[in-house]
Amino acid sequence: MAEPLLELRSLRKSFGGLAVTRDVSLALSTGEIHALIGPNGAGKTTVIHQVSGTLRPDSGQVIFGGEDVTRLGLASRARRGLARSFQITCIIPGFSALENVALAAQARAGSSFRFFRPAAGEAALNGEAMEALREVGLHGRADLPAGALSHGEKRQLELAIALAMHPRALLLDEPLAGTGPEEAERLIRILSALKPRYGILLIEHDMQAVFALADRISVLAEGRVIASGTPAEIRADAAVRAAYLGEEEG
Amino acid sequence: MRWRDVILPLLIFAALALAPFVGFGQGHSLTLLARAMIFGMAAISLSLLVGGAGLISLGHAALLGIGAYAVVVLDHARVTDALLVVPIAVAAAALFALLTGAVAIRTSGVHFIMITLAFGQMAFFTASSLALYGGDDGYTLYGRLELGGSRLLEDRLFFHFACLALLAGTWLLVEALLRSRFGRVLRAARENEMRARAVGFAPYPFRLASYVIAGAIAGLAGVMLANSAEFVAPAYLTWQRSGDLLFMVILGGLAGPHGALMGALAFVLIEEWLSHLTEHWRLIFGPLLVLCVFFMRDGIAGLLRRG
Repeated sequence: MAEPLLELRSLRKSFGGLAVTRDVSLALSTGEIHALIGPNGAGKTTVIHQVSGTLRPDSGQVIFGGEDVTRLGLASRARRGLARSFQITCIIPGFSALENVALAAQARAGSSFRFFRPAAGEAALNGEAMEALREVGLHGRADLPAGALSHGEKRQLELAIALAMHPRALLLDEPLAGTGPEEAERLIRILSALKPRYGILLIEHDMQAVFALADRISVLAEGRVIASGTPAEIRADAAVRAAYLGEEEG
Repeated sequence: MRWRDVILPLLIFAALALAPFVGFGQGHSLTLLARAMIFGMAAISLSLLVGGAGLISLGHAALLGIGAYAVVVLDHARVTDALLVVPIAVAAAALFALLTGAVAIRTSGVHFIMITLAFGQMAFFTASSLALYGGDDGYTLYGRLELGGSRLLEDRLFFHFACLALLAGTWLLVEALLRSRFGRVLRAARENEMRARAVGFAPYPFRLASYVIAGAIAGLAGVMLANSAEFVAPAYLTWQRSGDLLFMVILGGLAGPHGALMGALAFVLIEEWLSHLTEHWRLIFGPLLVLCVFFMRDGIAGLLRRG
């Protein structure tokens, strides 16, 4: 089997005496959506923080594209092609939607220590940004200030920003959070269209979306992976039902 | 509305160019205008930090002072040609900005303010202790700098237009910087640092570069200030002076360098006007500034935009 695109090896993280990530290992390949699910407080976002470089694990390794990136920060990992979205929308409200995405395109298009030419006039950056906006269906809103977009549109914008980074892997932290049913459906369509080109690590509470999208699912409870398998295997797993899926029925 | 950001400065520059020929040509008026333009340069450089990079420095006067003291040190060594003095003074201010900025920019918010304040006070006390250059009393220059052997800067009108050219150049430079790729990263990191990092930009080198550029411009303003007054004293470096600069920037508005330009001119001219009315002018000036902050949240630039 080919080397996975992204691999977490025995990640551990504690805050004081509280162990929030306990020996988490998982792998992600290109063309695959690996969903990480679990009840609130299971430590899903903490895992994403460690994978993206926002937090450093106490022990364990993050291997991306064959390189150990455990010691690198968020910005360095982003430049290597590891793009993340945030649970709470993270955009630049004062920039237009287009400029939000153009900033991401700029990050990989040569040096940003250019002092005189107006960046807003750079056709190559704008073209790339427009393409990413079109991919998420937001091209009609390109010139609006990002802060004026609806909540669902902001989620789409964040996805466009990630795409403009031309990443190899996407880390998506609850991309559907707070979106209406229509917007959610649209985002699910977008994600499944994106799947062949990227490896996607997805955190999501919307189980319908998870089972529709994921190739593999890992279930996190109290910082530990208690089950990992195909959607069908997870659905049938008794421990998972007890820890998580059962709660939703009850 | 961006055209106003360009039209207003151009109108101001035109007015400053005409001023000597429409009744403001006497020595006193020209000195005042030169002072306003020089503080305009310094305020615009500070606005690159405050409005552009989100770095609120309370030590900007130190950079101005280093430019001025470079003139003093070289004057004492009989080096008085601008072609030599200006590059050295600007380099000295930029170097100070690089060394202190490298430390200060590792912090943010209140800590950044305190560290820039501390470095500024260090520079102030150093200047006060330079007995060779007059210590607390300051140092009177033999005269203004020469320009390639000529005494052109002694000519009041030439000096006026030299200040105007530098002011306009500073405005143009900072305006261009903020619109460039470099400025886009600065603005992005100011508005949402996490977002900037998440697309791959570590803000530190960009902020440090902006700090050095602002320092270099302030150093140049310091050279002009020394030449305008033909006198330099440690008072140039006090933290109160840094506070004045910060106030000019906020008074004018943080939306761009045009705000700082208007803020500096308004500050210097109102200060002058009030000090003629009464010797207790500070009692009026203080509350006036407070009212400005209360009723003009976006500064003079914001007021003009609405009007």
